[in-house]
Amino acid sequence: MGELAAEQHARYILKVEKKKDDIESVLMEHLRINGVYWGLTTLDMLGKLSAVDQETVISWVMSCQHETGGFGGNEGHDPHVLYTLSAIQILALFNKIEILDIEKVSNYVTTLQNEDGSFSGDKWGETDTRFSYVAICSLALLKQLDKINVEKAVKYIISCKNLDGGFGCTPGAESHAGQIFCCIGALAITGCLHYVDKDLLGWWLCERQVKSGGLNGRPEKLPDVCYSWWVLSSLIIIDRVRWIDKEKLVKFILECQDKENGGISDRPDDAVDVFHTYFGVAGLSLLEYPGVKAIDPAYALPVDVINRIFLN
Amino acid sequence: MDSDEDERTLLPLSQRPEWSDVTPVPQNDGPNPVVPIAYSEEFAEVMGYFRAVYLADERSLRALHLTTEAIQFNAGNYTVWQFRRLILEALNADLHEELEFVEQLASKNSKNYQLWHHRRWVAEKLGTEAASRELEFTKNIFVNDAKNYHAWSHRQWVLQNLGGWEDELAYCNELLEDDIFNNSAWNQRYFVITRHPGLGGIEATIDSELDYTIKSILIKPENESPWRYLRGLHKNNVQSFVTNPKISTLCLNVLTSKANPVFALSLLLDLISKGFEPNQDLKNAIEVVVPESNSQDSDISVTICTVLEIIDQMRVNYWRWRKKNLHPQVAEGVANLHIH
Repeated sequence: MGELAAEQHARYILKVEKKKDDIESVLMEHLRINGVYWGLTTLDMLGKLSAVDQETVISWVMSCQHETGGFGGNEGHDPHVLYTLSAIQILALFNKIEILDIEKVSNYVTTLQNEDGSFSGDKWGETDTRFSYVAICSLALLKQLDKINVEKAVKYIISCKNLDGGFGCTPGAESHAGQIFCCIGALAITGCLHYVDKDLLGWWLCERQVKSGGLNGRPEKLPDVCYSWWVLSSLIIIDRVRWIDKEKLVKFILECQDKENGGISDRPDDAVDVFHTYFGVAGLSLLEYPGVKAIDPAYALPVDVINRIFLN
Repeated sequence: MDSDEDERTLLPLSQRPEWSDVTPVPQNDGPNPVVPIAYSEEFAEVMGYFRAVYLADERSLRALHLTTEAIQFNAGNYTVWQFRRLILEALNADLHEELEFVEQLASKNSKNYQLWHHRRWVAEKLGTEAASRELEFTKNIFVNDAKNYHAWSHRQWVLQNLGGWEDELAYCNELLEDDIFNNSAWNQRYFVITRHPGLGGIEATIDSELDYTIKSILIKPENESPWRYLRGLHKNNVQSFVTNPKISTLCLNVLTSKANPVFALSLLLDLISKGFEPNQDLKNAIEVVVPESNSQDSDISVTICTVLEIIDQMRVNYWRWRKKNLHPQVAEGVANLHIH
């Protein structure tokens, strides 16, 4: 069985954080705040968050805030709920949520709820259950969940439930593990998991495990390390994680590492990136891999961070 | 685009006369910036000029062309797309040309959220006249990637908001003929029979759909999708699910062939739990799936679980759980018995 190359992964992330000049970083500059969240949460899970200069990161995060209260993907970008969540999560890692004007940020998120309970990503109106999760998670971390119509939000999410027990991006859309995570996470945070057919969904989710031990996101698709998060966290939330072969999944994730240069890729021997590095480590955390700090499956933040927020 | 324009767009922006009044705004590189700029100078320049017009809120034709260049360099930059929409509105631009623009980008950016959202925004403005072109657009995407989630989402939106349902079920047939494992197409089938305003819902289509599904299963019994579809068809009609001889015959056919029996066995398990009583042929077929094992039990559903634990080892814990929870109604009944 392979081993987790924790040192190398931490070094890889710190290296990526510093590099702004290569074409990959430039092409991703509009979602840099997502990248910083993935990178920092990974470092925290590996016990290396202190390697980052907190002040610099925080002041840059705040520079991404728009006058509407929402955050953009980087300085100078339009606000969007996706980046707003990342901003809140980054501040949570550093225990600095209090520097936010909580009312301003929550107002921004609240305005994105639609009549039918769904959420748009920003003022342009794209609607997707991803945004339901992101909005609900944001407000919950700010302890402002009562600012939205939770009942309608939940009703909309349930309307996206399919005959296989899974969820799609909108009503009738194909069940997809990423969307399922968003819906299940949102239902967990709002205390509404009783609407889920856990046995049916659990079976659909455990059917995502393929011969190699990896997980795919839909029937007949290839496995990808990021599903180690989306499928796994969903299974844990609905308390059916025993139904997958954990050992085989661990083995698959470890095989996706670049042990020399650090980083994890979508599947063995592909190029690494921060996104898959985060999901690989997060997946291992959920599988209780030694040396990796526990992560909360619904909030996607280390458990000690969540406890700090909610059990204060 | 005429050739003069082509000439001009090849020049660096700083050398184009129509941009001489603008000073580009450099990128603020965030924490720990590194000084040497190694990425493409052209791209950096385009983005510098974009930032200038964005900050000045200049919604002009030249700004529109600038967003074209910026998007061609990086179709992921959502702020550029959004500003482009503001410009299109301000200029009252011809949105048919905009559809053309998106189509040119689509093959290399088929999984880009911004592209799809932009397309939807345009289509929504054009209204029902855009329906057939939008359906055609998604079809072209499916030629290279028949499971593209964004394209399916767009197609479903088009059908529900702009119309065009008539040939949708036939299109699903086509896709499934190409690849019977296409879960997106199976999902679309369900979408059509439940939402097509002219079909009459599941009740009206269930017989033909059942025959279609059974045929598909027999072609590839290891295909997960049609088995789930079969269950979905009977979601609101468990009685019919349990009593329809076609379904038990299907299971028998699969079990007596050389095909992977996992889904047939799990379906039988579900049927039995809802009151189905397998005949001797079925019982015999079940018991020979793993003949060398000691799987036989007087309760056939226990046997099925044992077999599944062996042949679907990845999910052994799931099948063990099923075995423990076989007769919840019975367990409940026993618990509620009053002994006099």
